[in-house]
Amino acid sequence: MLMLHCPFCDEYVEETELQAGGEAHLKRFGPGSSDDEFHDYLFTRENPKGVHFELWRHINGCGKWFIAARCTVTLEVFGTYPANCTEPPQWIKDKISEKRPGWTWREFAG
Amino acid sequence: MSDPVSALKGARHAGLVEVRETGLGGMITLRGDLDSDAIKSAVKSVTGADVPALRKIALGDAGAAAWMSPDELLLLVDYAEADAVVAKLDEALVGTHYMATNVSDARACFSVSGEAAREVMGKLAPVDFSAAKFGAGDFRRSRLAQVAAAFWMDDAGAFHIVCFRSVGQYMFDLLKVASHPQSAVGVY
Ligand SMILES: [Zn+2]
Repeated sequence: MLMLHCPFCDEYVEETELQAGGEAHLKRFGPGSSDDEFHDYLFTRENPKGVHFELWRHINGCGKWFIAARCTVTLEVFGTYPANCTEPPQWIKDKISEKRPGWTWREFAG
Repeated sequence: MSDPVSALKGARHAGLVEVRETGLGGMITLRGDLDSDAIKSAVKSVTGADVPALRKIALGDAGAAAWMSPDELLLLVDYAEADAVVAKLDEALVGTHYMATNVSDARACFSVSGEAAREVMGKLAPVDFSAAKFGAGDFRRSRLAQVAAAFWMDDAGAFHIVCFRSVGQYMFDLLKVASHPQSAVGVY
């Protein structure tokens, strides 16, 4: 059973209260972008072995979106934070660095 | 005018707990900045209650206010008063960024009372109902089996459930099954 901390409800909630929203921190490329950029925005996703960032929504709850930083190998959850940001906040980067020194994910690193 | 009736017209069931459809309840969705003085005083003036803390319900002399999300409250008032309360809120909140909507007719309300109330709720929602984690005045949005629901506990230890009216029969049936006399678990 997966439980994640909803940063809005300040409560560990069970997976069945949540909806998975796919990869986090995507930058949207819409009108005016190149075909390649638009293609990558729509289809190119990370598939890392290790640190990963995912969007989740507390759908049977407050209804808000948040981001979970997780390890795809051990399923360890490093932490969760509200989704209204364009990159992982420093505290979560630090937390991941403690456990996975030298980690990188897309353009982000510890 | 036709007479308003509730989803299950006050249906009751007695098993491990008493399940009751509690009739028409006035419910208003209020969204806005919950830390603002405008919202605080508006909530106070229509319900008598303070803006509730995180995952709490605050009671007042004319109603109650429940925490739905960081920018949303559920106001519980008299069914017959709901439209008038919305009009009052509209007046009090002119110029602020907010939304107040009467959602009473979209909802059904139930109560679950008796010794085994925590256990019956615990069979249906992925929530810790131990006394240390869930007590009087606590409010939670979650799901009961397959449908979304919000619930809180009153001072007498009874649970009050709000769900969509369209799933009212399903909710009643769920609670009936979960309170079957031979289904006691005795976990709480
Ligand atoms: Zn939440």
